[in-house]
Amino acid sequence: MSLTSRDVEKIAHLARLGITDQEKPVYASNLSKIVEFVDQLARARTDGVTPMAHPLEGLTQRLRADEVTEADGREKYQRNAAAVQAGLYLVPKVIE
Amino acid sequence: MSWHARSVAELAGALERREISSVALTGHFLDRIGALNGALNALITVTADQALADAAVADRRRAAGERGPLLGIPLIHKDIFCTDGVRTSCGSRMLDNFVAPYDATVVARLKAAGAVMLGKANMDEFAMGSSNETSHYGPVRNPWDLDKVPGGSSGGSAAAVAARLAPLSTGTDTGGSIRQPAALCGVTGIKPTYGRVSRYGMIAFASSLDQAGVFARSAADAAAALGAIAGFDPRDSTSVDAPVPDYAATLGAPLTGLRLGLVKEFSEALEPRNGALIAAALDVFRALGAETTTVSLPSLPLSVPTYYVVAPAECSSNLSRFDGVRFGYRCADPRDLRDLYERSRGEGFGAEVKRRIMTGTYVLSAGYFDAYYLKAQQVRQLIAGEFRAAFQRVDLLIGPTTPTPAFGIGAKIDDPVTMYLNDIYTIGANLAGLPAISAPCGFVDGLPMGVQLIGPHFAEGRLLNAVHRYQLATDWHDRSAPGYA
Repeated sequence: MSLTSRDVEKIAHLARLGITDQEKPVYASNLSKIVEFVDQLARARTDGVTPMAHPLEGLTQRLRADEVTEADGREKYQRNAAAVQAGLYLVPKVIE
Repeated sequence: MSWHARSVAELAGALERREISSVALTGHFLDRIGALNGALNALITVTADQALADAAVADRRRAAGERGPLLGIPLIHKDIFCTDGVRTSCGSRMLDNFVAPYDATVVARLKAAGAVMLGKANMDEFAMGSSNETSHYGPVRNPWDLDKVPGGSSGGSAAAVAARLAPLSTGTDTGGSIRQPAALCGVTGIKPTYGRVSRYGMIAFASSLDQAGVFARSAADAAAALGAIAGFDPRDSTSVDAPVPDYAATLGAPLTGLRLGLVKEFSEALEPRNGALIAAALDVFRALGAETTTVSLPSLPLSVPTYYVVAPAECSSNLSRFDGVRFGYRCADPRDLRDLYERSRGEGFGAEVKRRIMTGTYVLSAGYFDAYYLKAQQVRQLIAGEFRAAFQRVDLLIGPTTPTPAFGIGAKIDDPVTMYLNDIYTIGANLAGLPAISAPCGFVDGLPMGVQLIGPHFAEGRLLNAVHRYQLATDWHDRSAPGYA
């Protein structure tokens, strides 16, 4: 299956990825080749096969008690943010 | 023998006998990094001051009577592991300014064992690549030929051990990212069982496949490092609560009666010189007492397409956290929130990461989920089932690690699918969560090649034992790249 620049535009929007007009046909060509490559899976006979949910058979993810185990590291974590004020992360105005 | 040519056990012995201090040893490796890393680009960050301070602590611990196989031993961490107070870039512009606020469990455990971090290794951006060319910090060069790639994604970690910039390094393996560069750089690399090593603080790529492991020049050295990082961690919900065997204790066990299965699908269409190396490795194992047979895993040829649905799908979900708000790159002067997200991600991620995010978004999107994602997880179940059946008949599977030796920088970077096929022999173990190891087994065109062994879940000890006995009988792992002896 072949993807168009329009398809790439839609996918990039879903993924919130900004790509330029020049990049669109390049990604369309790349993604078409990748999709064509993975399309060979369609030939595999998988009737009645349960999709794998965990690489270790029979294991599922553990749950833990709902207790506070981590110390508050907000100040340290916020040093990595581009813009903070009064302990809050700043983003462009969302509501007029 | 120069310090950088010695094994971890030899270095630990020299430290114990006070023939050298950890500070002096650390200084020796830092000097080597200073002299050689410029040409190799294997490290993104060198933490010299911290390393010397940590080495002094290790010397004091030893003076106080403490011992340990890694106490005072220098190593390098792949820059995917969070290191408290040290920039952790994941090879990406997105995290070029990210100073990790805590240590990954792998880092914390090696620190507790007294290992000394020299710096952070270069890697493919977000571990997505097989050549280390997708790094924001430029390609790593292979010590065996500076015009060739070291493999990826843990290319810096592999090149650093091959160039003897450190006796040990850490890596991660989602589809072959430890074993493939280990093979192309002529070092030993082990990917443990899914869940064996904690992934807390290891930046996520594909969560049903990612696993941490180590590079070393021998299985014996790798055993010491793996023993320090393996084991249950309540901070990783995929960590398995199972006891960690003493890998060093079983290294020397005889291989008499070990059943080795040559994977039929791996040996078909193998380039003859590569095939001859694998045949020679089988001869060595037979001489050591192993029994060899051929095993077929008919669905295995579908492992690459299966991976390129599952891994991008998980990557598109994991990398949605990079939004320009809480950490990482933020674009200049965003007009609104959507512009902030789209430009921060568009400018912060490189081309391969964007390709994978978009592939993942596509296969998970409405109308395609069943045809791609569910189908891939069904094929994955078939592959895992075939591995399970094979391990009823044999103790370990064996085959090549890569189809070819290291290729030229720039040779495959413009063709994603051709690049993906480098991992044709390594991806199966990730899909089934199995442990696997690559060890040097000879040369093609003067470049190192690897033999791969794959084991059942939690058979790391058996893999290390088999490779250790192989390395006692051969000297491929002792060869050093010209100029790096």
